[in-house]
Amino acid sequence: MDPQPSVSPAPPRRPARPAWATCGETALEWLIRLSGVSAILFVLAIFFFVFREAAPVLLSKNFRLAEFLFSPAWYPTSVSHVRYGILALVVGTACVSGLAVLLAVPFSLGAAIFVSEFCGRRLKEVLKAVIELLAAIPSVVWGFVGLTVTSKLVQQLTGAPVGVNILNGGVILALMVVPIITSISEDALKAVPDTYREAALALGATRWQIVHRVLLPAAKNGLLAAALLGVGRAVGETMAVLMTTGHAVQIPHSILDSVRTMTANIAAELGEAPEHSEHYRVLFLTGVLLFLITFVVNLTADLVVRGIRKK
Amino acid sequence: MKTPPITPAGAGMQPGATMFAETRLVRRKLFSEALAKWIFFGMAAAMVVPLLCLVAYLLARAMPSLSLNFLLDPPLHNMTQGGVWPALVGTVYLVVIGLSISVPVGVMAAVYLNEYARENWFHRAITMAVINLAGVPSIVHALFGLGAFVYAARFGYSVLSAALTLAIMTMPVVITSTREALASVPHGFREACWNVGATRWQTIKAVVLPNSISGMLTGVILEVSRTAGETAPIMFTGAVFFKAVERGDLFPYHLTDQCMALSMHLYVLATQVPGVKESLPFATAVVLLGVVLLVNAALIGLRVYLRSRKRW
Repeated sequence: MDPQPSVSPAPPRRPARPAWATCGETALEWLIRLSGVSAILFVLAIFFFVFREAAPVLLSKNFRLAEFLFSPAWYPTSVSHVRYGILALVVGTACVSGLAVLLAVPFSLGAAIFVSEFCGRRLKEVLKAVIELLAAIPSVVWGFVGLTVTSKLVQQLTGAPVGVNILNGGVILALMVVPIITSISEDALKAVPDTYREAALALGATRWQIVHRVLLPAAKNGLLAAALLGVGRAVGETMAVLMTTGHAVQIPHSILDSVRTMTANIAAELGEAPEHSEHYRVLFLTGVLLFLITFVVNLTADLVVRGIRKK
Repeated sequence: MKTPPITPAGAGMQPGATMFAETRLVRRKLFSEALAKWIFFGMAAAMVVPLLCLVAYLLARAMPSLSLNFLLDPPLHNMTQGGVWPALVGTVYLVVIGLSISVPVGVMAAVYLNEYARENWFHRAITMAVINLAGVPSIVHALFGLGAFVYAARFGYSVLSAALTLAIMTMPVVITSTREALASVPHGFREACWNVGATRWQTIKAVVLPNSISGMLTGVILEVSRTAGETAPIMFTGAVFFKAVERGDLFPYHLTDQCMALSMHLYVLATQVPGVKESLPFATAVVLLGVVLLVNAALIGLRVYLRSRKRW
């Protein structure tokens, strides 16, 4: 719509705005446009700068892309036989975040359903506040809790030799992603029109029947997107998994083995890798891979959500 | 959930309150209803309980160290004793500098998205970019900060590099909440302003921004707590294990200095320092958690207050 009113035949005289005001306004509007585009620029810049640091290693003779992706041998500091295979790290990431999402999705779905359909207004406010507070706890605090509290519990309950392992990391990570999945799922349930609920109520359905016959099918895509965003968050989490999963670069055989994830590997080794060395560049390449993974996950989540809106 | 004014028979919550005689089917229906309700309640409770347990446990373990001196003292004896003053100040520095960059840019980006941009592919691309920016792992932000600010821009390992990295990382928070706030201002307000001859920017300045200030504030406060808690992005861009700072010194860091930060300090105490006093990392965790949760609680309170006096 046009912000300017149409000019009447005999406009009343009024003082013109000073030139600096008009110019200032134009300048400001351009600044606003620039800021608007900045999000795109930042995403491109992140990819560019991380890739720029990583790129030279692609041409190095010690580096082969197939080995990087599919070999579990990670010996970045070996003098005689340098190997850069991140398969063990990828498997570590997959195990820990897979376990976390498996644990977190049922709980957050249940909590979201309870908050949006079953509880009264007061309780709803309180629960939403708690979810917000949970989401605000810094990851390093979760990591610290995993290191000092839950790892001991895991050790006592399962008799594992070390408490910092996949189970421990998965539990901590699950606690971290639960509030995220819950709040997005709750939004998805809220987006289902009230008329659906009213129609079901009119047929004599109980709330449970409404939830499972009407709401879940209707909000399916939104809930799937919530789970996907949870996956993205779990894969990208750094400090908590760095402190809770142990530091063993290995393909795990059981849930009680220690692993190292891609993110934790970067955080642990970047400080030791000499600047601009091959090792350093391979760590950046892992970063590029992580960036691409989360990019695809987020894009998929967005497409899934857009799927419902089209309907 | 909004319940329609007339509750149909069979959907009532008390089994005895139904209009018809209970058949086996109705009983089964009501039983499954009650069961589902309690299961979902249990799942929701499973979220609240860990938060309370966690805070209580950390507080109990931290008690021996918590005092005013703990806040004001620098770490002593190879960081095995003393307090958190330099880390606390460092966190404040990072938050203030980071926010003074990300808030103006974030608010302007939100204004663009909500007030200027048309619904088209470009608008969608920006929205997508904001979502992605929020989803990029924090360690990748750290790599970006290292590559872009520390090396390419030659800021070195410094407060400035770390704050810039944090600013870009947390910007989506401010963009998203400001956008929601702007979108909640009724369109009629803008039209009324345009009709008296105001330009687009005058309308935004006089009508839209003042009416959405509460939502923006929400975003800013949320961003404070995010920024204060992040560790990975500052680990390689400007935060150090230790820096000698006098007790109670308010301006210990220069823009180009490296600094300590609470989140980093907790990581270091928990994993890198041998022989640290047992309650010290717990007390550090409590201070960090206290800062973050207090800021968030203030946010929730503010939102309740502002909602109570909303004018439309």
